[in-house]
Amino acid sequence: MLRALLLTLSVVAIAHAELCKPDAQNAFKVRISIKTALGDNAYAWDANEEYLFKAMVAFAMRRYSSKSTTQISNVLLCNVTDRVSFWFVVTDSSKNVTTIPGSEVEAAIRMNRNRINNAFLLSDKTLQFLKITSTLSPPVEPSTPAWLIVFGVVLCLIVVGIVFLVVSGIQKRKKKNKESTESENLEEKVEVTVTLENGIPCEVLDLKSGHVNGVFAADDERFTSL
Amino acid sequence: LSATPEIPKEDERPKWDNKFQYILSCIGFAVGLGNVWRFPYLCQIHGGGAFLVPYFIALLFEGIPLLHLELALGQCLRKGSIGAWNTISPYLGGVGVGSWVVSVLVSLYYNTVLTWVMWYFINSFQEPLPWSVCPLNENRTGFNKECYESTAVNYFWYRKTLNITPDITESGTLQWWLILCLAACWAIVYLCTIRGIETTGKAIYVTAIFPYLVLTIFLIQGLTLPGATDGLAYLFTPNLNTLKNPRVWLDAATQIFFSLSLAFGGLIAFSSYNPPKNDCEKDAVTVAIVNSMTSLYASIPVFSVLGFKATTAYWDCLDRNIISIINEFDLPEESIMRDNYTSWISLLNLSHPEKIAGLKLKSCDLQEFLDQSVSGTGLAFIVFTQAIILMPGSQAWAILFFIMLFCLGLSSMFGNIEGVFTPLLELQIVSKSAPKELLSGIICLISFFIALCFTLGSGSYWIDIFDRYAGSVPLLVVAFFEVIGVVYIYKIKRFSKDVKQMTGRKLNLYWQITWRFISPLLLLIVFMAFITLQMQKPPSYTAWNPKYEGFPMKEEKVYPPWVQAICVLLAALPCVCVPLVALFHLIKKCRSKDPSIAPPEIFSCQGANS
Repeated sequence: MLRALLLTLSVVAIAHAELCKPDAQNAFKVRISIKTALGDNAYAWDANEEYLFKAMVAFAMRRYSSKSTTQISNVLLCNVTDRVSFWFVVTDSSKNVTTIPGSEVEAAIRMNRNRINNAFLLSDKTLQFLKITSTLSPPVEPSTPAWLIVFGVVLCLIVVGIVFLVVSGIQKRKKKNKESTESENLEEKVEVTVTLENGIPCEVLDLKSGHVNGVFAADDERFTSL
Repeated sequence: LSATPEIPKEDERPKWDNKFQYILSCIGFAVGLGNVWRFPYLCQIHGGGAFLVPYFIALLFEGIPLLHLELALGQCLRKGSIGAWNTISPYLGGVGVGSWVVSVLVSLYYNTVLTWVMWYFINSFQEPLPWSVCPLNENRTGFNKECYESTAVNYFWYRKTLNITPDITESGTLQWWLILCLAACWAIVYLCTIRGIETTGKAIYVTAIFPYLVLTIFLIQGLTLPGATDGLAYLFTPNLNTLKNPRVWLDAATQIFFSLSLAFGGLIAFSSYNPPKNDCEKDAVTVAIVNSMTSLYASIPVFSVLGFKATTAYWDCLDRNIISIINEFDLPEESIMRDNYTSWISLLNLSHPEKIAGLKLKSCDLQEFLDQSVSGTGLAFIVFTQAIILMPGSQAWAILFFIMLFCLGLSSMFGNIEGVFTPLLELQIVSKSAPKELLSGIICLISFFIALCFTLGSGSYWIDIFDRYAGSVPLLVVAFFEVIGVVYIYKIKRFSKDVKQMTGRKLNLYWQITWRFISPLLLLIVFMAFITLQMQKPPSYTAWNPKYEGFPMKEEKVYPPWVQAICVLLAALPCVCVPLVALFHLIKKCRSKDPSIAPPEIFSCQGANS
C-alpha cells in the first residue's frame, strides 16, 4: 500500500517536472521585482506568496472560462530563483497530464491582470509575465485640452489691456482737443478789443514813434478870433 | 494783424519717465535669449573659464566703444536711426535704412521664437507634462513609433509643436495652434508698444527685472540638485589650450557684438528720447557690464541643471545595465548597486564573458553625457524641458522657466520694434494727426501676417535661415559704417565736442583709440572671418526625418539653390541699402546741378538744441 502510494507520488512528481520546466510548452516565465516596487516595505518571497500566486492564477482561469474546475493544485511552479523569477504552467484536471493551452492562460491572465497585480501590491512593470504583453491604459484626455483654457485666459487679459489703453488714449486726445479749442476761443476774444486806426493799433501810435506836426500845433493867435 | 505774444513751442518728443526706465530698457534690449542659451554653450565648447579671456577683451575693445557710440549718437541727434544718419550726411542715410531693414527682418522671426515659448508655457499647466510621456499608437499596443525611437521630449518639440516637415522644400500646412499663439504674442507686443516708450517704459519694469528673479530661484534650486557640481566644474574648468584656436576669438567677438544688440537702431531710438545733458558714457559702460554679468550669472543655473541631467542620464544608463545583468543571471534584486557595478562587471566578465557580450551593455560614461552640448532652441525646448521633468514639482519649474524666457525675449522685442517704430514715426508715414496707436497697430498687424509663414511645417528651418543670414552679417556691415561714418565723415573732433557738451567730460584716450582704429579694424576682421567661414562649405541644415535610417539623428541636407538665393538676399538686402542711398543722393545732386542747393548741412548737437 505504502509502496503504491510512493509510486504514484513519484509518477506525479516526474509528470509535473515534465510539464513545468523552463521553455516547456504552455509555460510562462514570471519575474517579480518586489524591492523596486515597495522599497522598504518589501516583503520576502516565500512559500506563502507562492501559494497566493497559484491561487490568483487559478482564480483567473476560473473567471475566464467560468467553469470551476481549475484547482490550486493545477498550477505548477518551478525553477524559483533569487531574482524572484519562476516558471509556471496550468494543468488540465479533466485530462490527465496535459497543460491548458498557452493562449487560454494568456487571455485569462490578461483579463485579470489588475486583480493579480493588486494582490501582490505590484504593477505591470514589477510583476512581469514575460510573454504576455499588457494593454496600456489610455491617457486621460479631458474634453477641452488644458492648454486651450490657459490660452483663453491669457488672450482675454491681453484684449482687455489693449481695449483699456486704446480707450484711454482716445479720451486723452478728446480732452486735449477740448482744451486747445477753449484756449483758441480765449485768444479770439482778446483780439476783438484791439482798436485799429488805419491798420495800425492805437496803442502803438501812443508810443514815441509818432511826431506832432508843429505847423498845426496851435499857435492860436494866427487865427482871428470871432 | 494781431499782437499775440509768441508762445514758445513745447518739445513734443516723448521722454523717459526717469533715467532708470531708460537704463532698464537698454539692458532689457541687450539681455535676451542669447544670454541664456548661447553664452553657456560657447563657454562649454571653448574651454570653460578660458573663454572669458577673449570674451572680456572683445567687450573692452568692441562692445563698450560701439555701444557708447550708438547711445551718444542717438542722444545728440535726438532722432531715430534713419533720421539720425540722414542728418549726419544724406550720403550716410543708407546706414539708417539698413539697420531699419534688419530690425524689421529680426522682429518678424524673433516673435515666432516667443510663440514657441508661449506654446510651451500654456502647456505647462497640465499633469503630467505633455512632453514627459509618449502617446500611444493606434491599436494601443505600444507607444507611438516616432516618439518611441527618439524621446518624448523630442517628439513633443518636433511633432506636437512644430509639426516639422522632413525637408525645407516641403512647406507643410499652417499649424493652427501656432497661429493662435502667434496672434497672442503680437497682441502682447502691441499692448506693450502701443504708444511707444510711454507704454514700453512701464512694461519694462516687469520684463527686465523678472528674469533675474527667476534666474536666482533656478540658481538656488540648481545648486541643490545632484550632479550640479559636476556640471559647474565641467563648465568653468579652464582649458587654456583652446585660446590658440582663432575660432574661439571669432566666437567671442561675434557673441559680444550680437549680445549687445548693436546696429539694430533700437539703441539709437532709445537714447534719442533722453534729455540732451545725460551721461551717455556711464550709461554705455553700465549696460555693457550688466549684460556680460547677466550672461555669466545665467550660465550657473543652466550648467547646474545640465550637470544634473547628465548625472541622471548616467544613472539611468547604469540602472538599465544592472537590470539586464540581474535578469540574465537571476541574481537577487539590489545585489548590484551603482557603486559596485564596475567590480561586478569585471567579475562576471571573467566568469561568463559570452553572456556579458550577449547582453550588449551600453558603456556609461559621465563625461560623454556632459559633452553633449546644445545651444539655442535645442537647449531650451529639449534639454531643459527634459531636466525639468526630473525635478520635483515640474509644473512650477516649467511655468517659471518659460515666463522667464518670454520676458527675456519680449524686452528684446521692445528694442526691435522701437527701432522700426521711431524712424517710421519721424518719416510721418501716417499723417501727424493720426494717433500713434494706429501706426503701432499697423506695424504689428502687417508683421503678424508676414510671420504666418513661420508657422508652416517648414517654419523652423526658415527661422534658422533668418537667424543665420539676416541677423548676422548685415549687422557687422552696418556697425562698421556707423563707426567709419561718425569718426571719419562727421569727424571725431566734432563728435568729441558734442559728447563733452552732453557728459561734461572730454573724451579720454580709450574712446579716441578704440573709435578711431581698434573697433573698425576688429569689425573688419570679424566680418572677413565670418564670410570666409560661411564660404568654406555649402550651407547646409539638419532636418528631422522619421524615415531617415539614422533616425533619431538628424539628417544633414544641403539647401537647394533657390533657398541659397534667398539666404544671399537676406544678407545682402540691408547691406546694399548703404551704397544705394549714397548713390541715389549723388545722382540727385548731379542731376539737379543747382548751385543753390547747398552741400549737406554741417550739423552738430549744439545746432540741434538752439
